[in-house]
Amino acid sequence: MYKYSDFDESFVRARVAQFTGQVERRISGGLTEDEFRPLRLMNGLYLQLHAYMLRVAVPYGTLSPRQMRQLAYIADTWDKGYGHFTTRQNIQYNWPKLPDVPAILGALADVEMHANQTSGNCIRNVTSDHFAGAAADEIEDPRPVAELIRQWSTDHPEFQFLGRKFKIAITGAPNDRAVTKAHDIGLRMVRNEQGAPGFEVIVGGGLGRTPMIGVTMKPFLPKADLLPYLEAVLSVYNTLGRRDNKYKARIKITVHETGAEEFARLVEERFAVIRPLFSGIDQDLLADIEKAFAPPAYRNAPVDGFDAFYAADPVFRAWADTNLTEHKNAQYAIVTISLKAPGQTPGDATSDQMRVMADLAERYSHGELRVSHEQNIILPHVHKSDLPTVHAALTQAGLGTANVGLISDIIACPGMDYCALATARSIPVAQGIALRFNELKLEHDIGPLKIKISGCINACGHHHVGHIGILGLDRAGVENYQITLGGDGTETAVVGERAGPGFAYDEIIPAIERLITAYLEVRLSPDETFLETYRRLGLGPFKAALYPEDAARNAA
Amino acid sequence: MAPRFTPKVVTANALLEGDVVYLTADDRWSRHHAEAELIEDEAHAQLRLLHAASQKLIVVGAYLADAKAGPNGPEPTHFREVFRTRGPSNYAHGKQVETGHV
Repeated sequence: MYKYSDFDESFVRARVAQFTGQVERRISGGLTEDEFRPLRLMNGLYLQLHAYMLRVAVPYGTLSPRQMRQLAYIADTWDKGYGHFTTRQNIQYNWPKLPDVPAILGALADVEMHANQTSGNCIRNVTSDHFAGAAADEIEDPRPVAELIRQWSTDHPEFQFLGRKFKIAITGAPNDRAVTKAHDIGLRMVRNEQGAPGFEVIVGGGLGRTPMIGVTMKPFLPKADLLPYLEAVLSVYNTLGRRDNKYKARIKITVHETGAEEFARLVEERFAVIRPLFSGIDQDLLADIEKAFAPPAYRNAPVDGFDAFYAADPVFRAWADTNLTEHKNAQYAIVTISLKAPGQTPGDATSDQMRVMADLAERYSHGELRVSHEQNIILPHVHKSDLPTVHAALTQAGLGTANVGLISDIIACPGMDYCALATARSIPVAQGIALRFNELKLEHDIGPLKIKISGCINACGHHHVGHIGILGLDRAGVENYQITLGGDGTETAVVGERAGPGFAYDEIIPAIERLITAYLEVRLSPDETFLETYRRLGLGPFKAALYPEDAARNAA
Repeated sequence: MAPRFTPKVVTANALLEGDVVYLTADDRWSRHHAEAELIEDEAHAQLRLLHAASQKLIVVGAYLADAKAGPNGPEPTHFREVFRTRGPSNYAHGKQVETGHV
């Protein structure tokens, strides 16, 4: 894993000292709230519905056991004993008190962590494939480049006051697990004809009020050109991006209004100016960073134990079938720990659970953990012979749920249970759906299905790219939930289609159940997934199931 | 004719804890909605909001929220304000456990 350089260390410490002073001045009256607000946001501190919320960056979703233990310590010391892992691979604390925040940031700095640029109109935490460095389908580990982008974007003087927030995602694999097409800039590693790795650069994707799939601005960008090219894109956006209307300020609107071709031309023009200024120091730095991400020393040992256990224990088998992913080393597996036990809050882990995961990572995953944007935790490198032990330990800690990629593995934003921007609750809807399908015992029969729930149009719950998306709104003073269908957040990304009028809070779970019943009836075989069925048949049968009264009226 | 003024309470978050607070008729900040001053006059509401907004070392983000009279004092009318009187629905945290009543 990457270790902080002296520069990183002193930068983070200096920032803690600076923010400590700012908090003191706010409390003593030296700073007004208007002055303090942008400063606290730059340090990840929000004021939410019931309390402050601190969003801590987990750069490209990678954590060491020591860092995970410190997150648990912070949860116990200054919060309510748990943390919430988010759809941008970060962790949020829902109950910090303002005077304690400097101490929390200090505790984070002790383990090479921070909350910088997790909010505000700047380049946010770079997200990545949560299987990076372990996935069998990967060209290269994208995290060294993600770390390079982190260093380049941290306090970058040109990009401190962008028109709006700016999110970059990066993947090293052809199967996109990082939702790159719905980011301001998405980077997908590809090889050119000579076999050299570079990036497909996708610009102007985003969800929110105006969902858009990004445009490929560069089918192949050599790795060495990445920073100057990113700088050129940001620079054009910074110049042209609208500042008159917050809702039209994201780069997706700039690209749309300027035209993708013209935008790309302006980027090329700017790139031609900037490129010669990059002397190659960035590439030297990248070479150093890459060393820190060298693959672990894999163990060579028999895996018969795994095979025997798999054959003998149905509970283990169910878990192995859903929660394991193929590792680049055939003796290993990638373990996804579900933070979605039915009835629990998606993405929440108690401090005890964090410590269990840290211990398991230390003993069985070469000291590495990952946070996924799907709000689960990953043990990226587990030898197959260790899987039965790992599974048993997870089960004891309430972390053994076998549901990854299934209907109860739901993404949900905090919604109106916490968020000041939310227009409706998300968490209880997720809990209700998971509990209902757990009760029906249909989950494994239904197969792969992604439900994503947002509590407002800002779409932190990625509802537009859910196979089933749910958007909570305030309709005339009551919670109302709109359903979108057929969304996809992978390399074949599409924005889902709105099914029709919304449902009341007490109607949404039965509506989802009707939808699933319809799917089970019309699918060609158990092998045809919900998304495939939707793509074959379109909205028709699902709409009829959602609105039976309309269907009956039309039939009459 | 102008639409009838809907009764309001002044609410905000406490600067230090972030907790939801309500302005009372005797100029205190209470953690309880029922202790809030129910304001039935628009001009008075604006004055009370100005008064609240000037207390920069105590509260953040003061605003007027719709409310109605109830048997034990003012009650919220919108679901968002109802949630603010009790805390999140997924855990017994916040006002629903930290204060004697809501």
